[in-house]
This record gives sequence, structure tokens and C-alpha cells, in this order.
Amino acid sequence: MNNPQLNKNGKLQHLLTTEGLPASILLKILDTAESFVGVTQRDIKKVPLLRGKAIFNLFFEPSTRTRTTFEIAAKRLSADIVNLNIAASSQSKGETMLDTVNNLSAMNADMFIVRHSQSGAAHLIARHVRPEIHVINAGDGRHAHPTQALLDMFTIRRYKRDFHNLRVAIVGDILHSRVARSQIHALTTLGVPEVRVISPKTLLPTKVERLGVHVYHDMEQGLKDVDVVLMLRLQNERMLGARLPSAEEYFKHYGLTQEKLALAKHDAIVMHPGPMNRGIEIDSAVADGKQSVILPQVTFGIAVRMAVMAILAGN
Amino acid sequence: MRILIKDGRVIDPENGMDAVNDVYIVAGKIVAVGDGPDSFQANHVINARGLVVCPGLVDLSVRLREPGLQYKATLESEMKAAAAGGITSLACPPDTDPPLDEPGLVEMLKDRARSLNQAHVYPIGALTQGLKGERLTEMAELHEAGCVAFSQSDKLLLGSRVMMQAMQYASTFNFRVWLRPEDDGIADSGVAHDGEVATRLGLPAVPVCAETIALSKIILIAKGTGAKVHVCRISSAEGVAMVREARQQGLPITCDVAVNHIHLSEMDISFFDSNCHLIPPLRGISDRDALRSGLVDGTIDAVCSDHAPVDEDAKLVPFGESEAGASCIELLLSLVLKWAEEINIPLAVAVAKVTSEPAKILGVEAGDLSVGAAADLCIFDPEQHWRVEASMLRSQGKNTPFLGMELQGKVKYTLANGIIVYED
Repeated sequence: MNNPQLNKNGKLQHLLTTEGLPASILLKILDTAESFVGVTQRDIKKVPLLRGKAIFNLFFEPSTRTRTTFEIAAKRLSADIVNLNIAASSQSKGETMLDTVNNLSAMNADMFIVRHSQSGAAHLIARHVRPEIHVINAGDGRHAHPTQALLDMFTIRRYKRDFHNLRVAIVGDILHSRVARSQIHALTTLGVPEVRVISPKTLLPTKVERLGVHVYHDMEQGLKDVDVVLMLRLQNERMLGARLPSAEEYFKHYGLTQEKLALAKHDAIVMHPGPMNRGIEIDSAVADGKQSVILPQVTFGIAVRMAVMAILAGN
Repeated sequence: MRILIKDGRVIDPENGMDAVNDVYIVAGKIVAVGDGPDSFQANHVINARGLVVCPGLVDLSVRLREPGLQYKATLESEMKAAAAGGITSLACPPDTDPPLDEPGLVEMLKDRARSLNQAHVYPIGALTQGLKGERLTEMAELHEAGCVAFSQSDKLLLGSRVMMQAMQYASTFNFRVWLRPEDDGIADSGVAHDGEVATRLGLPAVPVCAETIALSKIILIAKGTGAKVHVCRISSAEGVAMVREARQQGLPITCDVAVNHIHLSEMDISFFDSNCHLIPPLRGISDRDALRSGLVDGTIDAVCSDHAPVDEDAKLVPFGESEAGASCIELLLSLVLKWAEEINIPLAVAVAKVTSEPAKILGVEAGDLSVGAAADLCIFDPEQHWRVEASMLRSQGKNTPFLGMELQGKVKYTLANGIIVYED
């Protein structure tokens, strides 16, 4: 089975998922991002690495935050970036996703950043673009969100330095979460010895332990002695079906409060991919507390996305 | 027309024959196997030395896409594909547009098929009007028009009471009801087996209990009503075990499996290969192995192609949005031979799974080489290798998970009613 993310020289051609990538490639992205953190903190926040490159933000599913961070990252690399909110244009006129992509390719695109509500959309596009075009998955269905996971890894490394002695817990709706899947693959690849998932049974996918995680249904047990707590966003629509009875009951058992966080190591850090539902998955006191690194995550997100674009463009 | 098929290895499971013999055909009928009639003068001789001569294949599930869905395939294209696959009798499910729920539609389809002079087409009538799962169709009328059984196809939507009454009514006339076991409440919008691949790829999943819950309902109703049931396209190890137990109790239950499912598993979805988006979903390796052994021990009677040609655009979308189905009619024989070789069973057993056994389920005269039977034959080279390429498929649907694969066993001639409808 060929890894569709690597070119024939074993270099990163597309970033579609963190699964199946060697640790060396993940670390190269993190190391490159380190050098860009400096750039993002300068007065003139721009380097000419991607000057003249045409990057398209192809968002088949609405998103403001992720799209904006990619846009900023591209601009800091001096690329020309075009935002397409496709949910509101060609798709509603009946054009297929691949037709849209082919049309943009004909405008000499160098890179596509793709967000789609269906798992596998970025893989499909990567399989059909011309060989010189790079595809970055900015979130496909429940499948993957690799740049989010990489910025999480970057943040963890910044605060904890080494992956090899960590206990990490991922809390919340694992079943529907592309972020969780990408985090799990990245953490296990980078050598984190213990990755836990904490969730009610209705929000856990079948055989999730095959991904290399330990399953907990009890937050008190699951958080005990962890170094990193990765919270997930709980979509409001999860309350509509029969998966959960109410936001209140969810918060009581799976919401992160100071009391529950006290069970983790005293220097544990708390992360969240945003946007947060305060009072549903996380208490404000924690989100704004001293162990929270949620805002630094956002800052590092720019540097990590710059790193991914720069590496792809150079391969 | 007098045809002599010379020196072929004649495999006729129904008559217990597996030997090198000659087959004599006159006016569309088999007149002798072995020693020919005195002074037989053939107009046409087929030299079958080194080839296998067997009954034309009988396929229990072929979507011809007519009426109504000709953008996916036409009767002409799919009947040609059937001939190239060695298939001379086929059952088509009622999920056309409109569904086969009125005698006029069934007669039209049969007439159209007859005019093409190729495989015999046996329509499966809709069990309920419009396949909506509410009101029964006029089964007796549909039977007169040519329907050999009744089914809901993949439109399950059958409440327990309607299912019970439909089976009771069908059994009044001794009709067999064909049902694919899937509880659509549980299957919901799932597109892949609820296992590690769906978990890894983040695909909405169909748990095995969607099959077993429906199956237990079907088995219990069959027990209560005495209705004959054919379980279509079973997919799981647990399902196979339930059918096995029901048959041991003596219930009149038969069962088939799609040929894709005896070779592939969830793993073949790989990186979202939409050609592996099938109904029912490809399940785990242990399920696949249970299907293979269920076929050996007779729990599963027959293998069908579950041919479902899909137009290319409907597969060039993300996996979950793609249309389910695979074009498999031209691969059925080779894939059944592959199964036989992999588990080392006699060729005659494999041939029975696509000839005599499915013919019994259909209740039609087909699937054997008895003297006096219609000369429906498949002549194949068991050694010849071929590569599955989209360009060589006659079906309008090029959507098969086996694209690019090398298969063994190639149809050389197909005869339907003594007419050579395919020659390689």
C-alpha cells in the first residue's frame, strides 16, 4: 500500500493525515515551525519563501478560524492566497468537487488547502491533482485534521520538551473528532508511551484501542497523573440524537473543572482546539486558568502551518 | 443448428459428471453428452480440448438498471457483459425506476430481454408497492407475468408486522421471499463496517447487529409462518452462524453471498477506495473467512455477482457520498475459481455454487447439462490469466474493486439456447 502522502523520493508531497508518517517528518515540521515562531513575533512578520506561489483555500465546509490561520500563514510566507467559500458557490450550482479542483488547477495553483465535511475528501483531491500540486488537509469529516494535531504537538513540546515520558489524555467526543484521530496518530508516532481517551461509550468509535490508546469512561481515573489534557469540542447537535441526554449531565461527568484537573499532575497543561463551549466541555476557570495553554496554541498554529507550507513547497 | 463441443472437461455438478466428454446440441437443446447420436453431422464444432465445459452460470443478483436508470447501464450493455461472464440465467432485483411492482413492467422487461436473445432474465418482483414497505404487491399477478420471487431489494423499510404478513401471503402461493437482512434503524447512514477501518478513517459505520437483528426477525417469522425465505448477501460471521442453526432446525431457508465479500474485507477500503463502497459493507477478515467456510459447508448455497454498475461520476466523490455497488458480472466465474483454488476444493463444487445451486433457489430449469435441457453452457479456460482493466469490461459500469488485479480462468464461449452469444 503506497503512502499517498509521500512522493517517490519518500518526501512529503501532501499533508493529509498524521497517520503513517514517520516521526522524522513530524519532527522536521515541528523544528521548522520553531524557526517561524521568531518570524511571527517580529515587527515585520514576513519572509519571502513562497513568493509567487498561488495557494487556494478550498473550504467546502464553513470555517473562519482555520481558514484565517492558513491565510495568515500563507501571507507571512509571501504567497498569494485566494479564499474560496465553495459551500456558497460552485457546489450549489451543481459543479462536482473534482471539477472545481480542475478549474483551479488550470489557473496554475501550487497548493490547495482543503476543508470538507466528508472523510476522505482531501485524499480524493490529492489523487486527482497534477503531480506538482500539493494538498493540505484542513479537516475532512471525522477523519483527520493534521495541522491541528501538529500544532498541538508543537505546544506540548514547547511546555514538556520530551514526548517520551508523557501521559496524555484526550477527553470528549472521540467518535466524531478528526482532531482526536490526528492527535492519537501523532502522539503514538512521536513516542508518547501512554495515550488515554476519556469518553462516554456513545462517543467512542469501535475498537479505538487498536489505535494504541487506553480507554477510560471515568474522568477521575482517566485524568490521574497525566501531563497533558487535550479537550475536544462537543458539537451541540450531539444532544439531538440519543447519544447524550443533556449538556448538563455531560458537563457533570466529562466537563473539565478545577477539581477534576487537580487529579492530573500539578504542572499538567490544558489544551483545546477551539472554539470552546464554556460550561459544556470546559469550565471557564480552567480555560482561563494558569494551566491553560489554549491561546499559545493559536499563536503556534500560524508557525506550524507556515512550516507545513514551506516544507511542501520545497519538496 | 447442430453443434458439437469436442473433448472438453465436462463439469455438470447436478448430474455428478466431471470427465472429458463431447456435448451434442441440436436446435438449442442438449441431445447427448458422451456418445453422440448416430451419424451426427455438426454445422459447427467447438474444440474444447483443455477447456472446461459447464452449465451456463446462474447469477442471483444482477442490476440491469432498466427500466429507468439507463444512465448507469442499459439492458444491451449488461446482457453483453453477462454473456462475457458466462452467465446464461440471471435474476434482477426490483429496485429499478419505477420498481418492478406491476405486471406490465415485468412483461416489458422480459420482452426486451428476450429480444436480445442472450441470457434468460428472471425478474424478482417487488414485495411491497413502490418498495415502500407498506402495501403488498399483487404477487400472484406478478408471478404470472414472470416474477420468480419477491423482495425488498436494498430498500428495507419493512416493519415487523408488514414483514410477517408479506411472508404469510407469499407462502400462501408457495412463493419464496428474498430478503437482505439489515435493520435500517441501526444501519442508519453508515457506509462501512463498524470496525477498525471505519474507526481509523472516520467513516459512519454499520455494526454487525444491523444484520443479526434483522436476520433473527426473518428467521423467527419464517419459523412462525412456514414461509420459504432466501437470505440475500449475508456479510458477517454471526449471520452465517444464525443461518446455519436455522437450517439445522429444518427451516426452509436458503442463502447467498456476493462474490466481493468472499475475497475482500474492510481492509481493502485502504485510503477511501469508493469502489469498495458496497452494500452490505465489506466486513472484517474473520467475517470474510466465515463466509468462505459457510459456502463450503453448504450454509450458504450460492455465490452471486451482486452486479451493480454505477456511473463514474457517482464514484468520484468522497467515500461517504459515493454510490454503493460494484460491477462484477464479468468477474464472477474467475473469482469463484479463485476461492476454490485458495481453499483447495474441487472445481465441481465451485461450479455448483454458480450453476445448479442458484438454479434451485430460483426454481427454474437451468444450471445443468441434462439431455433435453436448453443448451446454456459456459466454456472456459481454467488456466488462462487475465488482468481486470476498465477498458475490457463490457458492462457500462467500470466500478470494481478488482481493477488491475490478475485473475485466473477466462470464459471462451457462452451459449444460450444453443446460440453462441459470446466468443473470446
